[in-house]
Amino acid sequence: MKLRRGVRFHDGEAFAAAAVKFSIERHLNLPGSTRKAEISAVTGVEIIDDYTVKLVLSAPSASLLAQLTDRAGMIVSPKAAQVEGENFAAHPVCAGPFKFVERVAQDRIVLERFSDYWNRDSIKFDRISYLPIPDSTVRLANVQSGGLDLIERVAATDVEGVRKDPGLKLTAITGLGYSAIVINIANGERSKTPLAQDVRVRQALQLSIDRAALNQVVFNGEFQPGNQWEPPGNPYYVKELPIPPRDVSQARQLLAEAKQPNPTVELMIPNTPELLQAGQVIQAMAQEAGFRVTIKATESASLIQLATKGEYQARLGGWSGRTDPDGNIYNFVACNAPLNDLHYCNPEVDRELDAARTVEDPAERLAHYRRVAQQILQDLPLIYLWHNKWLWAATPKLAGFTPYPDGLIRPQGMRLE
Amino acid sequence: MTTFLARRLALVLPTLFFVSLLIFGLQQLLPGDPALALAGEDRDPSVVAYLQQKYHLDEPLPMRYLLWARGVLAGDLGESIRIKRPVLDLVVEKLPVTGELAAFAILIALSIGVPMGVLSAVNHGTVVDYAATMTALWGLSIPNFWLGILLILLFSVTLGLLPASGFVSRAESLSHNLATLAMPAFVLGNAIAAAMMRHTRSAMLGVLSADYVRTAGAKGLDETRVVLHHALRNALVPVITLAALDFGALLSGAVLTEQVFTIPGFGKLIVDAVFNRDYAVVQGVVLCTALAYIVLNLLADIAYVLVNPRLRG
Repeated sequence: MKLRRGVRFHDGEAFAAAAVKFSIERHLNLPGSTRKAEISAVTGVEIIDDYTVKLVLSAPSASLLAQLTDRAGMIVSPKAAQVEGENFAAHPVCAGPFKFVERVAQDRIVLERFSDYWNRDSIKFDRISYLPIPDSTVRLANVQSGGLDLIERVAATDVEGVRKDPGLKLTAITGLGYSAIVINIANGERSKTPLAQDVRVRQALQLSIDRAALNQVVFNGEFQPGNQWEPPGNPYYVKELPIPPRDVSQARQLLAEAKQPNPTVELMIPNTPELLQAGQVIQAMAQEAGFRVTIKATESASLIQLATKGEYQARLGGWSGRTDPDGNIYNFVACNAPLNDLHYCNPEVDRELDAARTVEDPAERLAHYRRVAQQILQDLPLIYLWHNKWLWAATPKLAGFTPYPDGLIRPQGMRLE
Repeated sequence: MTTFLARRLALVLPTLFFVSLLIFGLQQLLPGDPALALAGEDRDPSVVAYLQQKYHLDEPLPMRYLLWARGVLAGDLGESIRIKRPVLDLVVEKLPVTGELAAFAILIALSIGVPMGVLSAVNHGTVVDYAATMTALWGLSIPNFWLGILLILLFSVTLGLLPASGFVSRAESLSHNLATLAMPAFVLGNAIAAAMMRHTRSAMLGVLSADYVRTAGAKGLDETRVVLHHALRNALVPVITLAALDFGALLSGAVLTEQVFTIPGFGKLIVDAVFNRDYAVVQGVVLCTALAYIVLNLLADIAYVLVNPRLRG
């Protein structure tokens, strides 16, 4: 891997092969590293010369490059990381266009332009302040009143108003993540339900849901309906398996065949207004096919613990998404994978998922994912429903803002006119 | 007096001990695992195990309490697992913010509630009385967060007079500081003003029918002077007690308002800590609030004794 020359860290240290080796080894060896699993294929980093490194892998890894474009590939200043030790996160030193100034908990993070940034001409701001504002109405009011220049996560229900407001500019892009009904297939006592034990009941539940209507009612049609872990339009979306249309009579027939005309389903939902509303729409649609859905609204920290323990029948779950398809499917359905709290396990699927990890050719990878999709959409351990869009509202003075599906705001090229 | 003080002070430590046991125990009843909440979306099992060990979450409950209590006795309230800073630092950073907000809110409440209460009592049974009572009811019934959002839409979005949210410290800019606190202080003050108005009104009604007020009137004193000088001073005693209590409550209870206006104070700190299962922060903040209440109570007791010798026993 060749490295760019003439790059400096914020503390003035030069960026070179030794820093890359240090950073990657730090990700791999730091106790409690949340990056370790992402680059676990790396067994060693060799310095060829000052601007060339070689990554030694235990097996071919198709997703490694994508992982390195994300957090795992962010190279930190070795000197600062060693000096700060465990406290490095409070005083991060990297090589990006802005350096860290301060963080006031619950209030703001302030960054300042780094004059030695290698691509300094693309940066037009001296300072960026990030303000965490939890309420979407208040966020929007801030950009409307000129208090902020750019806000993210505009509520889907506010989008129409933002479009009509000449004082605002809307930017949208479909994200990498998804929302789905996750079904506890085999994790403990709570999985002993008709929904878990009879695939026809799961198929009936899927057929009872009109994804486009759900999107229209809850999100004003702003999000993107979907039926796979990648959104339609993504190169790894399997086109041969499109979103099935709603078919209540077929759903009823499947339930009759399963001898479960009125199965009960307890659906655990994070207690946010939008998701609860989505749950109610699902409840109403499924009821027409004969399902008796009860909604259990649960606060998020409790929900994570209950999910991990298998204390649910079905839950509305979401994933923020990764650039590489492996990051959106493997850990959720592979046998014994860390996020597979539903305990779905199919060796056939595992074989294809593992194979897709090692081939680089996109067409060949897609062929593996096609076979995974065929099986997953048949077994339905997850019923994928929609893909969130990233929605930003900005002052019309802001130019040069490019949206990316990962939702990160990249300041290069942005300016206030 | 000395025995009284000694007796009261001797009760402080056991009270704090029971408060600490209570918060520690109650928190454990909450479902949710701090390590899982902290491990991020990936929930890597090795990370979860590491965090459980690092923050002693795998130790038995009594052991964890002892570890924490030992730290508290040494002046260490522990470290926030989320913000990665000592809890004491966070308390010292956030308390003045909420303190200032609470003080402004009480000031606004007093300046609305007391005059309205007086007007209402003096004009007892007239249109003025009913109008003031209606306004007070409105203030009591309107939800804080809703009023907050309406104010933001009016003063920030439509009129462009005040910043919609956020906080600027006095050290940075006094005018910005006042601008950021105006709306949240009004929202909090508005609700308290209603209670103040009702208390002032009933206290004033009692005092206005007292003999000495009638005597003052009979002596030919000006009515305004009788109301403000003779009656109001006596009627204010319960109102001041109420203001002191409300001030204490605001220190930990301005949660919703701080959330809407994104004021980085005590309320927001504790809400985020509860959602993230940041036990040390919750325990530290509750302990500090409890201590503040105990001290305020003690001061009030001392004040009563000074005022009324019959209580010395």
